[in-house]
Amino acid sequence: MVVLEAAALTKHFNAKRTAFGGSRGVVRAVDNISFAIEPGKTLGVVGESGCGKTTTANLVLGLEAPTGGAIRFEGRDLTALDAAGRRHYRKSVQAVFQDPYASLSPRMRVSEIIAEPLITNEVVAKDELRRRVLEVLDLVGLPARAADLFPHEFSGGQRQRIAIARALMLSPKLVVLDEPVSALDVSIRAQILNLLRDLQARLGLSYLFIAHDLAAVAHMSHTIMVMYLGKIVESGDARTLAMAPKHPYTQALFSAALPSHPDERRDEIILSGEVPSPLNPPDGCRFHPRCPHATARCGAEEPLLAPVEGRQVACHLFDADARRAA
Amino acid sequence: MSSTPLLELENVSTHYVSQRGTRVVRAVDDVSLRIDAGETVGIVGESGSGKSTLALTILRLLPPAGRIVHGGMRLEGEDLLAKSDVEMRHVRGKRIAMILQDPMASLNPLFTVGDQVAEPIRVHEGVARKVAWQRARDLLKSVRIPSPETRVTQYPHEMSGGMRQRIVGAIGMSCGPRLLIADEPTTSLDLTIQAQYLNLLRELQRAHGLALIFITHNLGIVAKMCDQLVVMYAGRVVESGPVSRIFNAPMHPYTQALINSIPRMNGSQERLTAIDGQPPDLSALPAGCSFGPRCPRVIERCHVEAPPTFAPEDGRAVRCWHLAPHAEGARAAQPIGAA
Repeated sequence: MVVLEAAALTKHFNAKRTAFGGSRGVVRAVDNISFAIEPGKTLGVVGESGCGKTTTANLVLGLEAPTGGAIRFEGRDLTALDAAGRRHYRKSVQAVFQDPYASLSPRMRVSEIIAEPLITNEVVAKDELRRRVLEVLDLVGLPARAADLFPHEFSGGQRQRIAIARALMLSPKLVVLDEPVSALDVSIRAQILNLLRDLQARLGLSYLFIAHDLAAVAHMSHTIMVMYLGKIVESGDARTLAMAPKHPYTQALFSAALPSHPDERRDEIILSGEVPSPLNPPDGCRFHPRCPHATARCGAEEPLLAPVEGRQVACHLFDADARRAA
Repeated sequence: MSSTPLLELENVSTHYVSQRGTRVVRAVDDVSLRIDAGETVGIVGESGSGKSTLALTILRLLPPAGRIVHGGMRLEGEDLLAKSDVEMRHVRGKRIAMILQDPMASLNPLFTVGDQVAEPIRVHEGVARKVAWQRARDLLKSVRIPSPETRVTQYPHEMSGGMRQRIVGAIGMSCGPRLLIADEPTTSLDLTIQAQYLNLLRELQRAHGLALIFITHNLGIVAKMCDQLVVMYAGRVVESGPVSRIFNAPMHPYTQALINSIPRMNGSQERLTAIDGQPPDLSALPAGCSFGPRCPRVIERCHVEAPPTFAPEDGRAVRCWHLAPHAEGARAAQPIGAA
């Protein structure tokens, strides 16, 4: 059974009104996307700013309400949950954010920071609380004496470990990782990525992993989903997708990733222009104004996700392949 | 290579001294560097490794607490440390230009783009406003800003991040510098925009025979753009040499660990090689080699004595006891432990 499933998930924001009260239109931040996260697996989300990956994370965390579609957690629709069900959901889905300098209160001791989710969600005796705090600190590789210190006494990597410890306190099923290593130094990143992988293996966690570092996503994920302007353009097995992307945007994105070795030569596809505003996305395929393979049809008809060589691609180029596969 | 290098640094040390002089941060320690015309050098290090202070040292733009305490710097044979403040002002922007990480912070929101691109031209060349503005339009065109005629009259907030960074690039190029220092120029940009920008820099470099220094923590940028690599750790250069030779056979344990810690695209599910511990506090450096406490190949001598720079191959320099030649010179006379 899947842990979390999104079906036709949509989030539109009303753009700020003008001074005269008229609405300026709708930002289609996330538009009709579907995905599933399996137990113990990682779903990686990649895309550039404005593609909707953070909105997707907020929807999964319940920080935003979808304007369309549904999220099902362990088979139950979130909107249909009663108060107890919602409490259970909030405990089961936790988050680790990008900047551990901003996400930890400088006025609280580490033990208080880590214990807070437990205090607000459960009734726990004091010594039991302390025992649990020390247990998760050990889990993330911090010494017990860290509990009585303040966040400023730690380096960036250690702070991120504290943030991870806090997320683990309620024994979640799913952890949303929004750029968990991009604020960290290079030599520390590998430590945190390894820790996250170890925790996944040990605790059977599922991850929703959002990052702009494609190699890190490819390394961490079982499945990758590529987003462009609120839509999924390609999704599938991480290795298949990273080694041989099919959608013209995915190809351009992965070709733009920096090489890990100077002898690594790849055919760079340099896209012209920039990502258009989601306030006024192009008709048809949203990528067509920048696409090197665009035809007249791309500007008129929106392509749907269809199976192509072991993954899903939304592109008219592969219509023939998709029909054959169907 | 007996010709005069474009820029040469010899044993430069820059320290930050606290007001009472009780705390000294050795941000840059005994750094030597040579850059030839048209060459691209990547300076790589983590936060606190001294790479940004090195850039400010070259430009002599250090904050009041910062002092160049030792060493020599020559630009095309001229002693940069002997120059007066007024003379330095003719070097900055004209012969050495710099691009900073955040274009929104380096552009003034109250002036039009045209004013800001034209300013260095007017200051350094004293030409009329009209002439400088015409040059500004040409510069915007050369950094691929669409419709430069209308863009010159706009303000920074009217443009996207990628466009702003290209404008900062245009300002850097405005007086035809010989050397451009780019400090994390693409960290605020999206991937496809970063690729556009790096290619643009490379084209500008080829067209003008410009030397480039990339200051970055990203080895990917070095792999893509640079000829020479300088790896800094705790204020010192621990390894330097040609990029492909270092990537193929890194010699310093820190460089080795750094290269092995990058995740690879083929999604291999093996563990990454992490470097334990964290970079040291620059005001309380460990005795001996600064990397010693984190080094997987540490030997006793590392804790006692900081290694000098060895030249294991032509064009390469490594600061590690494991590379000491077995019988040469007084300091490296003793045989070194397991390599």
